Amino acid sequence: MIEFHLDPSSGVATYLQLVQQVQQALQLGLLEPGDRLPTAQQVVASLAINPNTVLKAYRDLERAGLVRARPGLGTFVVGQLPRTDPAAQAKFRRSMGVWLRSARDAGLTAEEIEAIYRTSFRDCFAEGVA
Amino acid sequence: MTAAIEAVAAGKRYGRRWALRDCTLSVPAGRVVGLVGPNGAGKTTLMHLAVGLLRPSEGSIHVLGDVPDGDPAWLAKIGFLAQESPAYARLTVGQHLQMGEWLNPGWDSDFAGARVAALGLDGDQRAGTLSGGQRAQLALTLAVAKRPELLLLDEPVASLDPLARREFLQTLMEVVAATGLTVLLSSHLIADLERVCDHLVLLVAGRVALTGDVDDLLSSHHLLTGPRRDISSLPADQHAIEASHTERQTSVLVRTNQPILDPSWTVTPVTLDDLVLAYMRQARDGHPQAPTMAVAR
Repeated sequence: MIEFHLDPSSGVATYLQLVQQVQQALQLGLLEPGDRLPTAQQVVASLAINPNTVLKAYRDLERAGLVRARPGLGTFVVGQLPRTDPAAQAKFRRSMGVWLRSARDAGLTAEEIEAIYRTSFRDCFAEGVA
Repeated sequence: MTAAIEAVAAGKRYGRRWALRDCTLSVPAGRVVGLVGPNGAGKTTLMHLAVGLLRPSEGSIHVLGDVPDGDPAWLAKIGFLAQESPAYARLTVGQHLQMGEWLNPGWDSDFAGARVAALGLDGDQRAGTLSGGQRAQLALTLAVAKRPELLLLDEPVASLDPLARREFLQTLMEVVAATGLTVLLSSHLIADLERVCDHLVLLVAGRVALTGDVDDLLSSHHLLTGPRRDISSLPADQHAIEASHTERQTSVLVRTNQPILDPSWTVTPVTLDDLVLAYMRQARDGHPQAPTMAVAR
């Protein structure tokens, strides 16, 4: 069973935060097919959030084929997300390291580099947010 | 979408002063709706109109399909928790429950008993000696145990400490999860509302300045920052809610359903707090202006 937590200052809608946490748990192998998600009542009782928010998140996950609601039993993980391949992870970390060092050597400050990264990151994934 | 509360051009006047004017709004059924607005916006007046404690001076209000007129069958469907969670100081917790049972035909004594036990309240304790948080929880228990279809809460957590506030909202959300009742909740604590509400109504000077599903409101507003520019140059599908300019930089809160494509903007998501404040200022000050040349360098 996973436990949800919220970042109220993130500006990310609460239901999306729940969806993302389930997705991350799947990617990291913390959740596997057959595992049960906490009930809406349990999430509501621990986070003091609106039950419709939890149901909306679970519906989104169901539509994505990751979970299935079994009436009277709960919501269960049925799908899997590809776990990030360790070799791919290492490869992109290396190229990111190259990029970061070249930016630093060009005289950019840590803050400037972070700003470039953040802006590019947001542009790249803008369609998911808007 | 059926409406639990439907107000059309409703107004309430005290002498020459209007407490609420030209208020047209719809509160969807089955939702938890946050009612926000500056002090004096008419939130309490609106709630009192909705429960029949006041009659509108003009316009109309319908609640659960009827005009609020004190009809007992209609009143049985309404739960109302007034500001400061009033309780009878000299009556015990148990006597409050007893009174609730006598006065309400649909009283759920199992729920009330279980709730009081879960809260750890002593049935023999007088309400006057309860802490603020306990009194609020008792009042909420009473309002919910009558099994209303619509629950109105007027700033229920305003005077509570953060822990009591969180516990009160947890109780409320558990009840909503179990029963699916409609809730209208007024508060100044937007961060709380962001957690518990799925719909928002912002009232400014008796008028609805902003309304919609919280998720839609958050996903359709963005804060753009970038080099100073005239905001009248924004694309037609981006509506500026609020803009500020420094010598070099322009920040603008926009509403749009389209992705922001202009690469010169840094796009930041907004919180409900940012949104509500921006719309309050907009309602007070009018629409954002193009930067005036007087502030140019």
